[in-house]
Amino acid sequence: MSDTNQPAQKGQDFEQVLDKSDTKVAEFQVSHHTLLERVQHMLHKNPTMVPVIVLAVSLVIFGLIAGGRFFSAFNLSLIMQQVSIIGMLAAAQSLIIITAGIDLSVAAIMVLMSVIMGNLAVYVGVPSSIAILIGLAGGAAAGAVNGLFITKIKLPPFITTLGTWSIFYALLLWLSGAQSIRGTDIEENASFLLFFGTSFELFGARFTLGSILMVLIFVVLWYMLNKTAWGRHVYAIGDDKDAAELSGIRTDRVLTSVYMVAGLVCGIAAWASIGRVGSISPQSFYEGNLQSITAVVIGGISLFGGRGSILGALFGALIVGVFQSGLRLAGVDVLWQVFAIGWLIIIAVAIDQWIRRVSA
Amino acid sequence: MSEVIPVVEGRKLVKRYGHVTAIDHSDFALMPGEILAVIGDNGAGKSSIVKAICGAVIPDDGEILIEGEPVNFTSPIEAREMGIEIVYQNLALSPALSISDNMFMGREIKKEGWRGKYFHMLDNAAMEKFAREKLTELGLMTVQSITQPVETLSGGQRQGVAVARAAAFATKFILMAEPTAALGVKESRRVLELILDVKSRGIPIILISHNMPHVFEVADRIHIHRLGKRLCVINPKDYSMSDAVAFMTGAKEPDMAEVA
Repeated sequence: MSDTNQPAQKGQDFEQVLDKSDTKVAEFQVSHHTLLERVQHMLHKNPTMVPVIVLAVSLVIFGLIAGGRFFSAFNLSLIMQQVSIIGMLAAAQSLIIITAGIDLSVAAIMVLMSVIMGNLAVYVGVPSSIAILIGLAGGAAAGAVNGLFITKIKLPPFITTLGTWSIFYALLLWLSGAQSIRGTDIEENASFLLFFGTSFELFGARFTLGSILMVLIFVVLWYMLNKTAWGRHVYAIGDDKDAAELSGIRTDRVLTSVYMVAGLVCGIAAWASIGRVGSISPQSFYEGNLQSITAVVIGGISLFGGRGSILGALFGALIVGVFQSGLRLAGVDVLWQVFAIGWLIIIAVAIDQWIRRVSA
Repeated sequence: MSEVIPVVEGRKLVKRYGHVTAIDHSDFALMPGEILAVIGDNGAGKSSIVKAICGAVIPDDGEILIEGEPVNFTSPIEAREMGIEIVYQNLALSPALSISDNMFMGREIKKEGWRGKYFHMLDNAAMEKFAREKLTELGLMTVQSITQPVETLSGGQRQGVAVARAAAFATKFILMAEPTAALGVKESRRVLELILDVKSRGIPIILISHNMPHVFEVADRIHIHRLGKRLCVINPKDYSMSDAVAFMTGAKEPDMAEVA
């Protein structure tokens, strides 16, 4: 960025003084950053650091308070099991929040699909694997419905999914007759539905296939978001949708695909939830929508879109699980667990705002 | 006079929005290797006609020819696939993504072999190398790193990235909308040099600007748009800025015989 070699008459008259002016245009001041500013910068580059630090600190604190019981391999693997379903929903939710959207219907899609799988396999007598495939396809279709409302009719994601939440919830009450399908009936007629409840022991820890599936879902989605063009487009849409459109991205198509993938993940979570709960209850996971958003927000994914790693949502879900487990083992009343999670959400969003204000 | 085929030509283009006729049987022509400035008062329809040529507006009537061949664009993506690049006034960059990510937005390079074929894995190294080469060619490598997010760049540097992206992929022509509108004196100068640099590589440019000194400095011809049609095309050497403004606002009628 130097103008010093230009002939004297280049440019406009008023620009001639530029030759004598300071030629440094946009230099970066590297020095003079306080420690706090440097932390802010680091977090701006790696927003997932926040939940990782919080997770590590809360593990240490609850380890000190609750002692060995908390830190036992058994308890830690139990936390994994407990967060597995909400974790999967949080994975689906992350995809949508990265596009600057929100999906209030994830848990409703999941429970609806588990009811469909259960009804088909247990009452209609469809082979379990076919019932599961229908449930997975149904999840993707339900996501596509959300996506098409949002892209074709241009409804805000919040309103669309607030509506489909009620619609899916009503459908699942109708299909289930508001009755649970008992675990024994599932075991007798369609034990494959319980597959992800299968557990095994390893070094004193007790893992279920469901908690491994959750980690697997995060890894696959992380790959899709970070290593493929599709993922880059998803981030670009969340960052600035108009700019993405002008850059030649078919944003409506990508957005619809995001809602479909999220719906498919909800379908997978439906299958896993049957194994986790052991039965199919239309009343289960009623708070799952909001819990998934909680995990995403605590995981450092910006609600304004375009920022944050999906792995943050995994850490966010684990933080919630660690808090609940730690406070329970410390003998604290359930209401204070809810109280603590509330503060976590507010602090997480406050940190996100602070990081976003970073001066370059 | 030998017949030079325009890079892009619009013939008798018409575009109506309800009762408003934004483009009224207007012609347009961009010659090889030139910088054509398009000026006109607000509402004259200059952005409509330029959008029509880039596929962002579909004309109701008339025809568009690219290098003599008629085309019917239905979206800017089709125009882009033919090698037409647009530098928008708002730049169309994603602030949180890196310079290299932005340069390849919508045309990413996949890894060769099975990782790209079956797992759609991106080849970041290749994209970063290409982006670095392009920015260096245009003398823009004052940025710290090709992987730094665009939001950490100054206004002029962002404009530089947007121009470099267009220059890297354009084979037919580049449209630039108000490239110096949001910039300071020094950064404007840098961007004007960049525009001339791109022109010297043989890529013709359509420049929309309200900044008369900048238009007169870099343009080879000036297309003056008034009331939805091309009023005239002038050579900036033969006319003054006040003449151009007078034509543009209707204060003075051009002598048609002298039109370049």
